Amino acid sequence: MAASVGSSFFKGETGRNTRGLLRLIILVLIATTAVASRLFSVIRFESIIHEFDPWFNFRATKYLVQNGFTSFWDWFDDRTWHPLGRVTGGTLYPGLMVTSGAIWHFLRFLTFPVDIRNICVMLAPACSGLTAFASYLLTSEMSDSPSAGLLAAIFMGIAPGYISRSVAGSYDNEAIAIFLLVFTFYLWIKSVKQGSVMWGAFTALFYGYMVSAWGGYVFITNLLPLHVFVLLCMGRYSPRLYTSYTTWYSLGTLASMQIPFVGFLPIRTSDHMAALGVFGLLQLVAFVEFVRQTLPSKQFQTLLRAFVLVVFLAAFGVLVLLTFSGVVAPWGGRFYSLWDTGYAKIHIPIIASVSEHQPTAWPAFFFDLNLLIWLFPAGVYMCFRNLKDEQVFVVIYAVLASYFAGVMVRLMLTLTPVVCVAAALALSQILDTFLVTKTPVAPAQANGNTDAPKTAASLIPDTLRSTQKPLVGIYSTFSKFAMTGTITAYLLLFVLHCTWVTSNAYSSPSVVLASKMADGSQHIIDDYREAYYWLRQNTEQNAKIMSWWDYGYQIGGMADRPTLVDNNTWNNTHIATVGKAMSSREEVSYPIMRQHEVDYVLIVFGGLIGYSGDDINKFLWMVRIAEGIWPDEIKERDYFTPRGEYRIDDQASDTMKNSLMYKMSYYNYNSLFPAGQATDRVRGSKLPAEGPELSTLEEAFTSENWIIRIYKVKDLDNLNRDHQSAMAFEKGNKRKKTSKRKGPRVLRVD
Amino acid sequence: TTVRNSSDAQEIALAVWDRYVQDTPQRVKLIDVFMTFLIFVGALQFLYCVIGGNYPFNAFLSGFSATVGQFVLTASLRIQTNPQNKADFGSISHERAFADYVFGSLILHFFCVNFIN
Repeated sequence: MAASVGSSFFKGETGRNTRGLLRLIILVLIATTAVASRLFSVIRFESIIHEFDPWFNFRATKYLVQNGFTSFWDWFDDRTWHPLGRVTGGTLYPGLMVTSGAIWHFLRFLTFPVDIRNICVMLAPACSGLTAFASYLLTSEMSDSPSAGLLAAIFMGIAPGYISRSVAGSYDNEAIAIFLLVFTFYLWIKSVKQGSVMWGAFTALFYGYMVSAWGGYVFITNLLPLHVFVLLCMGRYSPRLYTSYTTWYSLGTLASMQIPFVGFLPIRTSDHMAALGVFGLLQLVAFVEFVRQTLPSKQFQTLLRAFVLVVFLAAFGVLVLLTFSGVVAPWGGRFYSLWDTGYAKIHIPIIASVSEHQPTAWPAFFFDLNLLIWLFPAGVYMCFRNLKDEQVFVVIYAVLASYFAGVMVRLMLTLTPVVCVAAALALSQILDTFLVTKTPVAPAQANGNTDAPKTAASLIPDTLRSTQKPLVGIYSTFSKFAMTGTITAYLLLFVLHCTWVTSNAYSSPSVVLASKMADGSQHIIDDYREAYYWLRQNTEQNAKIMSWWDYGYQIGGMADRPTLVDNNTWNNTHIATVGKAMSSREEVSYPIMRQHEVDYVLIVFGGLIGYSGDDINKFLWMVRIAEGIWPDEIKERDYFTPRGEYRIDDQASDTMKNSLMYKMSYYNYNSLFPAGQATDRVRGSKLPAEGPELSTLEEAFTSENWIIRIYKVKDLDNLNRDHQSAMAFEKGNKRKKTSKRKGPRVLRVD
Repeated sequence: TTVRNSSDAQEIALAVWDRYVQDTPQRVKLIDVFMTFLIFVGALQFLYCVIGGNYPFNAFLSGFSATVGQFVLTASLRIQTNPQNKADFGSISHERAFADYVFGSLILHFFCVNFIN
């Protein structure tokens, strides 16, 4: 279509080459843009790993690079989950680490000895360039238009919904997984279109790679069977469907079972049963089709249809039976909470406590996808107008992903690819229509049924301008210019928006906090690393650190000390133990900490500089998670005032004031202010005149802005007193009369 | 065509079998024998699993899914080389279909051997 524009450069053999060259240049530029727009944080701050989860991935990658692949595969990590340890090799998705390890080795082979940290930081931008290319391929399969693929590529390259998870330094599973997701879909579409076993096998291989990289592979496992199932229901069964799907399923399932973390899950859990069911159904349908070709009897056909239906229902019944009898595990909690949106909040507070697991608000869609979210429904509509096998896929993907993105914020990430594809389809349709439409030749009106227009036209005198040019519509240069001009303006605005959002919202490493001084210069608050490096340099190599699970990975990564709990929340009871220790009185917490050999307790406190993500604000989740295990000892109600308020000032409840977390947060805080003036800038309230006292802990370190406070757990008292009386004795307010009065005594037991 | 209106199931089946023996080329029959063999091996393994228990579950799985996977790959080859499906597989020649089959089988066997430990 575009070939009709312009000179001989765009025609014939030369034209094909020119277009190929242009396409190549555009794709390279898109990849460059995708990489470049993710570098804000590296340029502004430094090349470090952001957030929490990436610190574990980084640590695991370092382990892989230092110790080799085999020991990484069998890595038992005794520096996390302190008394228990973690079988890391069997509980992680190794795709990310192995990829960056391979890149590291490759670069060393090319004599570029790059630090592994830089590879980890830059992996996500590099993969986003590949994602842009993959979405180009995927969209080119959907549409004949020469521009659709390129538009999808640039959308995918700079859409903030994807950038938010793939800026430089966010070394998370999603960094590589989205590329694999889009590329697997491309291979799948390719194999459905051609019915080739080779493309099916490639789909399975990349699916296996995807399984090794991200837990979101379940999305693919359910989307592809759904696609096939819908096609079957539409009566679009073709032998191509059989070859591509069965190849994908048999090879892909085996590939996914090679990952130790996945293991037997593909045949044991409900999440994967859809794929198995469709596999069985497809065998039946193929068999029936085969018999139908040989037998032209009408009755036999209906008989066979009934046969398929009965077998399908019977298999479904067996599946339900197996699920209820426990052979097939039911939905996992995280997956189940997508359907029953109130489930997590009631039953698994640890899932609900993560901010990414909240429902998405409307502005988030506009913020993350801007212009694309308007074009998205139009693109899906385009798919309906020209419904082939691959368009059905886009429609299903769009519906499912929209639902999931509405339920959970982080699943915006899986929505973004299909939004880019659909928007590119819509936009390319518009561009193709307006850029290259030619004015129909006038005689087009004359031939055919000429009677009616002729009589109508003959009534009107020829002097009217409208009758001289009877063809009204989009053919004039003006309307073409207006339309393409508007679209160009929108696209430019989209680029501006994406850059602005990336720069302002998604490019801040949570490890260093940036704030503006009064004169506009940047002030960096670096308390996290200050405290972690203090731990690294001033404590024993094996000192155990207790903190809330959010900071587990960072402590392991930056401070290199063993922790009790971390962001891999596999053992809820252990987390609840820490929650109980944090939210109980010192007398209760101290034995817990002794039993777990805790040496230091680390908390985050934002009261001085107004850092709202601190532990007092997370405190209620600690209480709730602990209450789930010990409902008799911890009660959420006790932490509120009688009027049901969550306060920290002198109205706070006694349980709150006596909890270890409260005491640790506000210990010595009074000393920063004139007497009675201590205020908490996050909660915006005054603190009680007298600060809390700690008897079983001593302050070991407090960072510059008081964000991180580290306490050392005291040893047992030398004289075998409890710490409270020892403190009282040292303060000198020993009761005078105790020596004279005889208290109630108990018999000494030897 | 003689059995068009017959309701006797045995007769229908017999007619189908006759037609199959008559009309199927030798090569396709070979494929079918192999597929029957795979079904037989798979059923045998499953029977053994039911009787003897599934203790090394990965071994059972890899053996069983090797037969299932090989079965569907062979079925795909049979479908792709069937002249009746020429319209669906315009871009795939018979040689290409066979090369694809070898490629898929190699991957399948690599995974099975790896999984059986």
